[in-house]
Amino acid sequence: MNEMVITRAEREARLEGMGCKRKRVEDVRFTQGRGQYVDDIKLPGMLHGDFVRSQYAHAKITRIDASKALALPGVIAVLTAEELKPLGLHWMPTLAGDVQAVLADGKVCFQNQEIAFVIAEDRYIVDDALQLIEVEYEELPVLVDPFRALDPEAPVIRPDLDGKMVGAHGPRKHHNHIFEWTIGDRPGTDEAFAAAEVTVKEMISYHRTHPSPLETCQCLAAFDKVKGELTLYGTFQAPHVIRTVASLLSKIPEHKIHVIAPDIGGGFGNKVGAYSGYICSIVASIVTGLPVKWVEDRMENLSTTSFARDYHMTTEIAATRDGKVTGLRVHVLADHGAFDACADPSKWPAGFMNIVTGSYDFPVAHLAVDGVYTNKAPGGVAYRCSFRVTEAAYCIERGMDILAQKLGMDPADLRMKNFIRREQFPYQSALGWEYDSGDYHLAMQKAMDAIDYRALRAEQKARQEAFRRGETREIMGIGVTFFTEIVGAGPSKNCDILGVAMFDSAEIRIHPTGSIIARMGSKSQGQGHETTWAQIIATELGIPAADIMIEEGNTDTAPYGLGTYGSRSTPVAGAAIALAARKIRNKAQMIAAHLLEVSEYDLEWDIDGFRVKGNPERSKTMTEIAWAAYNSPPPGLEPGLEAVSYYDPPNMTYPFGAYFCVMDIDVDTGVAAIRRFYALDDCGTRINPMIIEGQVHGGLTEAFAIAMGQEIKYDAMGNVQGASFMDFFLPTAVETPKWETDHTVTPSPHHPIGAKGVGESPNVGGVPCFSNAVNDAFGFLGSTHIQMPHDAWRVWEAAKRLGAHG
Amino acid sequence: MSADTTPIATLPVTLTVNGRKVQRFVEPRTLLIHFLREELSLTGAHIGCETSHCGACTVEIDGLSVKSCTLFAVQADGAAVNTVEGLANPDGTLHALQEGFRQMHGLQCGFCTPGMLMRAKVLLSENPDPTEEEIRHGIAGNLCRCTGYQNIVKAIQHAAATLNGRVFQEAAE
Amino acid sequence: MIPGPFHYHRPTSVAEAVALLAAHGDDARPLAGGHSLIPMMKLRMAVPDHLVDLAAIPDLKGICEDGDRIVIGATTTQREVIGSDLLAARLPILAETARQIADPQIRTKGTFGGNVANGDPGNDMPALMQCLDAVYRLAGPDGSRTVPARDYYQGAYFTALEPGELLTAVEIPVPPAGHGYAYEKLKRKVGDYATAAAAVVLTLDGGTVATASIALTNVASTPLHAAAASALVIGTGLDAATLKAAADAAKAITDPATDGRGTAEYRREMAGVMVARALAKAMRRAKGA
Repeated sequence: MNEMVITRAEREARLEGMGCKRKRVEDVRFTQGRGQYVDDIKLPGMLHGDFVRSQYAHAKITRIDASKALALPGVIAVLTAEELKPLGLHWMPTLAGDVQAVLADGKVCFQNQEIAFVIAEDRYIVDDALQLIEVEYEELPVLVDPFRALDPEAPVIRPDLDGKMVGAHGPRKHHNHIFEWTIGDRPGTDEAFAAAEVTVKEMISYHRTHPSPLETCQCLAAFDKVKGELTLYGTFQAPHVIRTVASLLSKIPEHKIHVIAPDIGGGFGNKVGAYSGYICSIVASIVTGLPVKWVEDRMENLSTTSFARDYHMTTEIAATRDGKVTGLRVHVLADHGAFDACADPSKWPAGFMNIVTGSYDFPVAHLAVDGVYTNKAPGGVAYRCSFRVTEAAYCIERGMDILAQKLGMDPADLRMKNFIRREQFPYQSALGWEYDSGDYHLAMQKAMDAIDYRALRAEQKARQEAFRRGETREIMGIGVTFFTEIVGAGPSKNCDILGVAMFDSAEIRIHPTGSIIARMGSKSQGQGHETTWAQIIATELGIPAADIMIEEGNTDTAPYGLGTYGSRSTPVAGAAIALAARKIRNKAQMIAAHLLEVSEYDLEWDIDGFRVKGNPERSKTMTEIAWAAYNSPPPGLEPGLEAVSYYDPPNMTYPFGAYFCVMDIDVDTGVAAIRRFYALDDCGTRINPMIIEGQVHGGLTEAFAIAMGQEIKYDAMGNVQGASFMDFFLPTAVETPKWETDHTVTPSPHHPIGAKGVGESPNVGGVPCFSNAVNDAFGFLGSTHIQMPHDAWRVWEAAKRLGAHG
Repeated sequence: MSADTTPIATLPVTLTVNGRKVQRFVEPRTLLIHFLREELSLTGAHIGCETSHCGACTVEIDGLSVKSCTLFAVQADGAAVNTVEGLANPDGTLHALQEGFRQMHGLQCGFCTPGMLMRAKVLLSENPDPTEEEIRHGIAGNLCRCTGYQNIVKAIQHAAATLNGRVFQEAAE
Repeated sequence: MIPGPFHYHRPTSVAEAVALLAAHGDDARPLAGGHSLIPMMKLRMAVPDHLVDLAAIPDLKGICEDGDRIVIGATTTQREVIGSDLLAARLPILAETARQIADPQIRTKGTFGGNVANGDPGNDMPALMQCLDAVYRLAGPDGSRTVPARDYYQGAYFTALEPGELLTAVEIPVPPAGHGYAYEKLKRKVGDYATAAAAVVLTLDGGTVATASIALTNVASTPLHAAAASALVIGTGLDAATLKAAADAAKAITDPATDGRGTAEYRREMAGVMVARALAKAMRRAKGA
């Protein structure tokens, strides 16, 4: 009877439940080349499609001649807007309430815009055919600078909106204006500024960049004419949303559309939206009756399927002379490109930018965001971010440093002075959020102690003096950041996508022998859901994680969910999992009571089963209960042991963290060397510390890239610059700094397991930390703000401007 | 397009892939990555950038690391090509590198992993006990968007320790 | 991103290769490592009808010593350059430079000859060859000839190579034992071309510079041999003023483009910084420090 001698600790360990560093189950297939990504799927008769794209940023299309391409053996068809028109599919709705051309309808509004879709027997022939399609253009004046978008004479980018002076988010004040979104107390804020002892103002830009997962966006559409059913494989972060959109657009009933998101090679927000490639592949499959695959190349990915950021934030802070903030006023000019295809909850055209008060107790604030069209690619996705939270965090964290400098205060001390205090939670922010929990002072103090902050400041002072004496050409910067995230979108009262509330879901089935299959509406792109979701269930249900299979991404089998982005999986799907498990446990308790012939109120949960209170020898394990559920359920109770939960979160969750960066800058080359980077994260309850640390490493690496050079740039003609991995800065192992991680734990009070989500925190907090370090390094030379990205040449230019070159 | 209108003959390509001899007739322009993925259905190696920067397509050819997106299959004629599908031990257990990546959380989305593993295999064959610095330079031709490399470095150290008969002490972070 | 169709040739001798290149003229391109050509073909910026693969020509491979010169065959890979004991002993700057080219996989396939021959101003070896006053051996339908590296480059992708000609080997005069050297390259990341780079080889006579040669990478449409900068450090101890003067003289001959690596002004300044740093490092090495 070995079971008898197993200790409680051993029973607990055997579960591999929440809190343990469980090794990932995904790795067994990924390390053997047995992952299945979209481009790995081959179907009989499969065709390939790809786009003819615009060489100009803004032009009328006067002629498209595909005859030479159509004459090429192996070419099946060429679709243009003319072919899509009769189907009503030449335009598609965007998630932001705008419309976007699927294929250019008489004009192009950004370089590399989709003009025609070529379908051929293999990808080599497609590429040959693309060279043979002739497109004639009549160039139009190009608008690149968002600050010129609302000039009276600015080029009209969207003639299709002519006369439409009210958009999806209210009145439009100019032909290139998309929306104005305001929130907060304008007169109160104005008063605070009028009465302020000290104010600062700075235009803080967060440049355009791109999520650029290693696997590009791709899909494979297979329409079965006989059954009238569409199977759509794709790199979808939100497969159910794609199914609904596909049904609404194609008029194929939703139950006849099978969307399958197989393994995904990273998403980072890139794979949330619906793209022309999906629509064209579906149409092509319907037209040809054969499966059609679309795989974008890297240049297409960087230049067309969404961008991120491009926010220009005029930031003002009012404060007392001794450093107490009294008001915040922010105006954002948001460059949305040629179509407003932001992936935000539908009612939030500027995402959750109103988290811009950050971690600080601002008594009053006002935020206004103007969205404008330019001749750039559409997008505005949340690149490892919960809907503009990265922009907001950058804005306030730069702003606080600028204020500290003006006040002559240490930036860490200024933050400490203005933090929302622990006893203020739940805290109503001036811009409308209810922060659920936090202990900012504790986290900040722990971080400062860990890096010996005061000693670093002393060293910096000594080095500045040495620099002034000409003894060194290096300057030292210390980046200080304290961020508060808002994730887990979101409560149905304020979050939906195209009308679908942003709940998430889980279905758990226990098999008679006590193993489990569970399915969720979330979709991992590398976050390790197959590992961590099983850990939650293991703890909740007492079944070893090794006996639990997690399945995501198949819309036929998974319950409807809104997908994985915005750090929402743990806060929303994770809660659904716990609640579905608890439904099962409730039923299991009834079965156990029946088996033990006691009242269910006499039972208590104990690691992996129920035991009789006061008589722990009498117990039933979950495995025994599972068998009984199928074999001898109590009278009146239906057999089986499974549950579904749809979770509508009562509130967002608010992870936070304190990050510090120590940087040495060679003023003669502008090269910045990261000496140290310390990240303390508080994401509430920690499900798998190993995976959390991995998420933090990855997010910090993205933040490093973004802050230090990663940019989608356009020249004056609207030509996209450097859309390849030669120029688009993805650091290798050589450039990437080493990361130090740490944590505090403040569980979310409203989440079933207290978890808050962590995936995006390092990007949100990392970018301002790097940027603050660069700015901090130059502060003693009289600089207040240097715009990102901080690549070597721009840092060198700042050094030159500030007289560091003598 | 071609000015020369002579029909282009397909050419025979014979490779030893993961120890097994294969022969196919291919267009000369067939890239090795497509040959492996499409002709042989070995989909472990991936295409991430197409400009030879990302290394997701890395395979081992005659003991050396090569980016298979920038090599025509005909150039590899006669060569021994090893891909991630052939990495596991003959008894089916994971190779020390595969185990190292799993133990040290050296992967997340898994897309770069096959190329990273095959690069690491050659790196360890050339330098059985590399320093962290040597590993970082050794894998600089392989981009990872998820991990920040820190745990990949540890994964390779873990594998090196195993292959050298030592126990790797550090935990994944 | 798929290359256009082409006829593939795999000659086994230089004569055969040259005959193929001559027969097809501008429609043919030699294929060595392919890491410049194949990406261009994928973008359809290069659409050769004929590719002449040089991999099966034994005469193009290898590194050997020929009197006071070292001869490197065109299809010797960068990896082989790095691994060569002969080069490590006689011309260590070659491995130092090769290690800063691209990444390990690309160095496995990328060839020394391809790097010097194709005229890409971003390539690193051309400036080094100018620094070392190397000579290129070319084979063509009318026989062989040699062209000094300092005369070979005419513009971006324009070189002294005539249609039908093939670069077969590079002869490098070996600097005296104990020479100082450095290749200083500023780049954004591994795999990038230089923002600016400088190659320096010098010898000392006592504490002063006896001979010096400086060349620059990627700050003009061709590599640049900085003759004036080289001349003005001779006879000096490379004091701060001399380093600045050399950097200024080097900057004066640059004509960089503004690109993602920085403005023309920045890249010109960086050429100067790289020259000063390479000189200082070469000096330290020559002194045995």
